[in-house]
Amino acid sequence: MSAPVVPYSPLRAGLSDGAAVMSRNLLKLKHQPGQIAATFAFPLVSVVLFGYVFGSAIPIPGGGNYREYLMPGLFVMGSVFGIMGSLTVIAKDNGLGVMDRFRSMPMARSAVPFGQTAADLVVAAGSLLVMAACGLLFGWRAHNGVAATLGAFGLLLLLQYAVSWVGVFLGSMVKNEETAARLGPLVMPVTMISNVFVPTAGMPDVLRTIADWNPVSAATVACRQLFGNPGLPTGELAWPLANPVLATVGWSVLLLAIFIPLSVRRFRTAGL
Amino acid sequence: MAAPPGDAVVVAEGVHKRFGSTPALAGLDLTVPAGMVYGLLGPNGAGKSTAVRVFATLTRPDEGTAIVAGHDVVREPAAVRRKIGLAGQHAALDEQLTGRENLRVFGRLFHLGTAAARRRADELLERFDLAHAADRLVRTYSGGLRRRLDLISSLIVSPAVLFLDEPTTGLDPRSRNEIWDAIRGLVADGTTVLLTTQYLDEADQLAQNIAVIDTGRVIASGTPDDLKARIGGRIDVVIAAGCDLSGAAGALARVADSAVPPDIDPDRRLLSVPVGDGTVALPDIVRGLDQAGVEAVDVGIRRPTLDEVFLTLTGKPAENAPDSAPTVAEVLR
Repeated sequence: MSAPVVPYSPLRAGLSDGAAVMSRNLLKLKHQPGQIAATFAFPLVSVVLFGYVFGSAIPIPGGGNYREYLMPGLFVMGSVFGIMGSLTVIAKDNGLGVMDRFRSMPMARSAVPFGQTAADLVVAAGSLLVMAACGLLFGWRAHNGVAATLGAFGLLLLLQYAVSWVGVFLGSMVKNEETAARLGPLVMPVTMISNVFVPTAGMPDVLRTIADWNPVSAATVACRQLFGNPGLPTGELAWPLANPVLATVGWSVLLLAIFIPLSVRRFRTAGL
Repeated sequence: MAAPPGDAVVVAEGVHKRFGSTPALAGLDLTVPAGMVYGLLGPNGAGKSTAVRVFATLTRPDEGTAIVAGHDVVREPAAVRRKIGLAGQHAALDEQLTGRENLRVFGRLFHLGTAAARRRADELLERFDLAHAADRLVRTYSGGLRRRLDLISSLIVSPAVLFLDEPTTGLDPRSRNEIWDAIRGLVADGTTVLLTTQYLDEADQLAQNIAVIDTGRVIASGTPDDLKARIGGRIDVVIAAGCDLSGAAGALARVADSAVPPDIDPDRRLLSVPVGDGTVALPDIVRGLDQAGVEAVDVGIRRPTLDEVFLTLTGKPAENAPDSAPTVAEVLR
């Protein structure tokens, strides 16, 4: 009388389970109009706050509109803040015992991290579009044609995907949502010690070195380059800023190479 | 799929598990026959949850073997997972989804396919009388409703064995009754249930067989009647004001034929004495006390509490074991 469960092949199980976990996460958004509103509000508030408050006082090297200078950095910030999504969801599932149920089921254990990061990617693509629309509203433009523009968005999504895996791993290490929420503010300095808001050239040496090698800076320069926005660094440059696209891809691949195996291993063996 | 030997659905032999230096299971032996509710009874920290986690492939034992639904939990965890359901102490649900959506996601993760997962969700909601709440977010559910949804989430594939880890801990009496009814419904369908609980009455209500577990081992097992006969009950007598308490205690010990002196609670003027077997009847007690000139206001036979079960079975309270405690073997002999 028990309905027989036909074992799926590992590949089919992985794909099917990943899709189920992904749709679970996307389904949640449907019930949380507040979260969607927040997704819209973040770029709007950032552009107004940083664009008009800072923009009135910060000169752009080589001249230009500060809001055009700012938008690529805000895109990158949005990608990096994506870490909070996977971090909180995974931590919450841990706290509620959902992870235990998943682990007691015949599903592929790696489906949780892969499905989660895939859902994050879909959400990130959506919020990137909203952010771009906000930017257009406040005078930001992409000047270098469709290919370069899509290239920049692709780069942003790659970075966000890599960061999302960091979030999955950290989320699987903490006990509950409260702990995860406390980790949130730590993301702030990572995005601030960079060239998102001001050029690194004026920073004290140590800080400048950190900022120059911060993946956020490389990604920001890469986007400025690809969108044709003002304020590209000039003169003697650190390697990541001289090769921003390559550096961003490199950083992302490095994060993925570290955190995918770590996360998958964690989901296989946690609690054993 | 090979049938488990002797129709035992869960067989554990000498299972050890320690976390750091703390042993959680210390040689657990357990055999759960098919088609019944088997109660694993013990206090917090006795190892009940760890045992369930081993059987559900969540935790790997350090030593010993555990066979669940015919498969070894260490060597064939995937095969075990296809045949079990688990409902833990938490409601392992997604609070931001509706009840129906939760079940559909779990159905897909059990590899039913999207369409069949939908059908199965509707079926379960209907059968367990949850259809009225199915399309509300789980966040808005009461504690009892959550546990019921959690329980039916573990039934998606009609598991060969269902593990329920303290399914009613923290629930109000009404919700508790609802869960009990749902569990009884399952057994009527022939599902084997391994239920852990801290409550003797829960085990008594639901289980056909009980194993009492303490410090990671089974210290007694049998039907509820077996255990009760072994443990016995207690006789509580409230003595009238003006009547000598210690004299009454002596009389009660004689009448109840008790080896140990009665507990005396002077504030409530309450005497309490264990009765080892069912041979002592209430009328005899009342008559005996009357003949001894003891004026009793209230006399009652009461079922043992879990603490008393422990005291009787282990010779020590659930915690703070005295050094001179008799061994388990001595008590059971």
